This record gives sequence, C-alpha cells and structure tokens, in this order.
Amino acid sequence: MGTNYAHVEADLCKGCRLCVETCPHDCLEMGNEINTLGYQYARFVKHTCTACGLCYYACPEPEAITVYRDEPVAEGAVPGGAE
Amino acid sequence: MVKHAKPGSFYDTFERKGAGQRTTHYCPGCGHGTVHKLIAEAIDEFGVQDRTIFCSPVGCSVFGYYYFDTGNIQCAHGRAPAVATGLRRVNPESIIISYQGDGDLAGIGTAEIIHAANRGENITVFFVNNAIYGMTGGQMAPTTLIGQQTTTTPGGRCEARDGSPIGMAELIDALSTPVFVERVSLADGKRTMKTRAAVRKALRNQIEKKGFSFVEILSPCPVNWKMSPSEARRWIVDTLEHAYPVRNFRDGAGEPRAAAGEPRAAAGAADAASGLWLDDEDLHSLLSSRHDFPDDLRVHDIAEQRVKIAGFGGQGVLSAGVLLANCAITSGLHATWLPSYGPEMRGGTANASVIVSVDEIGSPLVDDPTTLLAMNGPSLDAFERSVVPGGLIIANSSIVPREAERDDLRFYPVPASDIAQELGFLGAANVVMLTAYAALEGFPSPETIRHVIPHSLKRKRLEKLNLRMVDAALDYVAKNPIRLPAGQARR
Repeated sequence: MGTNYAHVEADLCKGCRLCVETCPHDCLEMGNEINTLGYQYARFVKHTCTACGLCYYACPEPEAITVYRDEPVAEGAVPGGAE
Repeated sequence: MVKHAKPGSFYDTFERKGAGQRTTHYCPGCGHGTVHKLIAEAIDEFGVQDRTIFCSPVGCSVFGYYYFDTGNIQCAHGRAPAVATGLRRVNPESIIISYQGDGDLAGIGTAEIIHAANRGENITVFFVNNAIYGMTGGQMAPTTLIGQQTTTTPGGRCEARDGSPIGMAELIDALSTPVFVERVSLADGKRTMKTRAAVRKALRNQIEKKGFSFVEILSPCPVNWKMSPSEARRWIVDTLEHAYPVRNFRDGAGEPRAAAGEPRAAAGAADAASGLWLDDEDLHSLLSSRHDFPDDLRVHDIAEQRVKIAGFGGQGVLSAGVLLANCAITSGLHATWLPSYGPEMRGGTANASVIVSVDEIGSPLVDDPTTLLAMNGPSLDAFERSVVPGGLIIANSSIVPREAERDDLRFYPVPASDIAQELGFLGAANVVMLTAYAALEGFPSPETIRHVIPHSLKRKRLEKLNLRMVDAALDYVAKNPIRLPAGQARR
C-alpha cells in the first residue's frame, strides 16, 4: 500500500500560497526558508492527501507541484517534503 | 504513480532570457500559468501536439513560444485571430489556438476577433480577461470595471468619460456563427475545474471541425490589482463575476441568439481597492515640504546620481525607486523615475532607473549607473558591467550568491531579505536596500527617508514596519563598514 502526496519543488515555487489555500485537506503550508528566487515556498506536511490534484491546478507554475497517488515510499522518508 | 505533473506539451526547459529555465515569467499568483497548464494538458490528452499551432498575443502572455512545445507564432497586437484565419485556410489539419488577453482581444484587436468569429473560422480562442493592461503596468482596459482604479483611471473608471466594460462573451454570442461560447473563472478549485472542462470542449470542437469556439477566462492579476493572490481570487468572485457572469452562452451551432439588453449586475468595484493610492493631499504635502529639508546633495557634493534598482518582479524594485525619487524631490532636487516595462519583468529581472540631480534632467534613461542595487543574483549578472568605474554596487546577499567580479568599484553586500524577514515582512527588503544606499552615500538623509516613507507607501498599515526596516538597515551599515578596494579612496 503506497502513499498519496504532493511534491513541491522548492526552487520553482513563487510563494503565492494558492496551493495552501486550495487544498481541502490542509496538506500544504508555507515554510520560513527563502528559495533561490527569493520567495518563501510551500511544502507538503500532512498525509491526508487524496491526490485530488487541486493544488496542481491552482499552482500557476508548470513544474512546481507534482502529485503522486499510491506511491511506494521508503520507510522513514518524508514524502513530498523538502530535501 | 504520478497523477498530476507538468504536461508533455510544455518544453522540458524554457529557453527564455533572464532567470529561471524551469519557471515561467509570470508574477506569483498570475492566472496565465494555470490556463497554460490546462491547455497543455488538453493538447496532451487529444494527442494533437504535433499539429498544434499556438498563436500568442502581445501582452504578458507574449512568450507562449517559450513554453509550448508546439508550433508557435507571436502575432502583431490584437491580430492573432487574423493570423489564425490564414493558418486555417492553408493548413486544414492544424489545431490552431489563438491565446489573447483583454487588452489584445477586446481593445486593439476588436475588429479581428469579431470578424473571425463571424466567419465561423474553425479555431479555438482562449480569451484571458483580467480587466486591466497587465504587461504595461496596470492601465485601464476596455474590460476594466466602472469604478475600478488603474494607473490611467486613478479615481476609478468613469462611465461618462471612459465608457462601460465590454462583455466579449456576450458580444461573440450576438453573432450567429460561433458554436461554443463560455465564460469561466479561475477563482477557486471548483471554478478551475469548470475552466478545464471548457478548454477541453473548445479544443475538441476544433478537432471535430465544428467551428469557432470562444472561452473567456476571468483571471487574476494580483500585482496590478494591488492585491495578494488570495485577495485577487476573492475579488473575482465578489466583484468581477457580477459584471461578467460566469456561464455557458452557447454550446452547439445554430442556436438562437441570446436576448439583447439583459440587465447585468452593477459593478461594485468602486470601493474594492480603496486606500491604495496616494491621495492628492498626501502628494501636495510631500511636494511642498521641500523647503523643510536641507539640500542634502549639495552638502555631499554629488552633482548627479544615476541609480539602477533591479530584482525579481514583486521585490519592490519599482517602489524603492519611487521612494528614492520622492526623497530627492522632498530635498529640493530634481528626480526622474523610469520603470522597466515589458513582460520580461514578470518574474524575471524588473528594474527601475532613478536619476537624482541638482540640475534639470534631460533623459530619464540610465545606461551607466553610478549605483546598482541588485536585489537578486540575475540583476548583478545583468547590470554589473554597466556600472561606472568607481561606482557602487549594493547586493542583497541573502539571495545573491556571489560578490562583484570587478575591482574598480565599491561592492557592499547586505542581507536585506534576511533582515526584512527577521522584522516580519520579507516584502520590505527593498527599503533595507535603499536605506543601506542612503547610509553609504550620505543621501538621502535618514530623516528624509523617515519623512517620505509614509507618503510613498501604498499600504499605510505597513508604515511602522517600514520605519523599523530603516533603523535596522542603518544599524547594519554602522556595524559593517564598507571595505574599499586597495588604493581607492571614497569619492
């Protein structure tokens, strides 16, 4: 049994918060770190993700968010979390 | 398993000028990126990537060809439907997309869109309506609401003077030939999913050779609306959708025309953006206070300062320039402020040129700055070479990864983003940078900056926060004196 999650590519995020506000399950939040673009970026924090994709569609950037469904995750790893 | 990822109809990397080979040039929270994704996804799904031609307009979305791995033509302003018509006539099997904004389609290209629709060309038009001219910095568009404030209607659009907002979906629906006319919105997840369905339907119609399809998409422009991305979404629901009802106007050829003269809900935009503009009283008090201040610049014996302020769009580059120019005017000097317009400023390197002079200024252009304020790495890359020998470069060392390469000028790193974030507002890094400049050059004086900030701010509630930025920056410069290159004295 795998996990659903959204991966936010830190350096492609422009910090608009739309994914955070769109997610119906509060799976994303804004972090405090600043990325190379100069923005505070969103990150995946909670494993109640249903892989609905609303964050993906809300995000204006083509590649900043990728949504995975039923994805095998190594034990102890943080899926979608910042590297 | 990957469920939602970047569609294959985008290029893997975007070979665009400036920064970010994997990001778009759009501002944070812009609707264009989402529309691009929906279109690319539909192209993928219908398997028509190899025969799609994307006609991009003039406007923020002018750079469609950086992103869509399809055929691309960048059309003259407003003429994308005419170009699409030509393509249609010679390439019967091509899938032709005319992607246009409201300045392009509803303003400059009104004739082209009406006649292409009236001929019933088998093309798909995506009309992104954000009720403002975005690329050029927020002027009134034909779609701007009554009462909506723009740079050309600072008191709000006035019906008697400027006419009424133009409903393009209604206009296209008044013609008998189009097969599909729908207005959708990007205000929330549910609406975006409806937009996705409309985009697919409009493309499928063309693939099935049904005829002319028109999708109007109400899309946020947070930067020019002076709102946060979330506020902009709410404004679409609360205000824009009242003036432009979101609905399907037509689905299928040969249906009767919609009844003319249907009453529309009144636009409630008048008070939506209140308090965001410098009112006349503030301006007067700012300009007339000049005699209260000593002539800082003469004291410091600098005849002319040419300052280039550069960074990402959204870092407050332009407003830092306004602040400096206002400080100069307040000190009884001449000043010009010239923002760099153009879509490359969106998420790329925005810049403002400010000249401060004891004499009248002939041209506001700054090709050879005496000072560069580099808010990010790409700005240092872009402008380092243009700085005059002996000049000054101040870099936002929080995100600028390197020092200056040249040794014939002064270089001063200041962690402006970190300082601003520590004080609770990342967006004020521009004030930190400008204050560092003032502290190093002796102009403008800290008193002048403190006096001008309340007048220059568009958001009054940030006044105290910005004044704390000034103190923090002065403190930093006092503790970290500039290191001069060997053998070089201060001018």
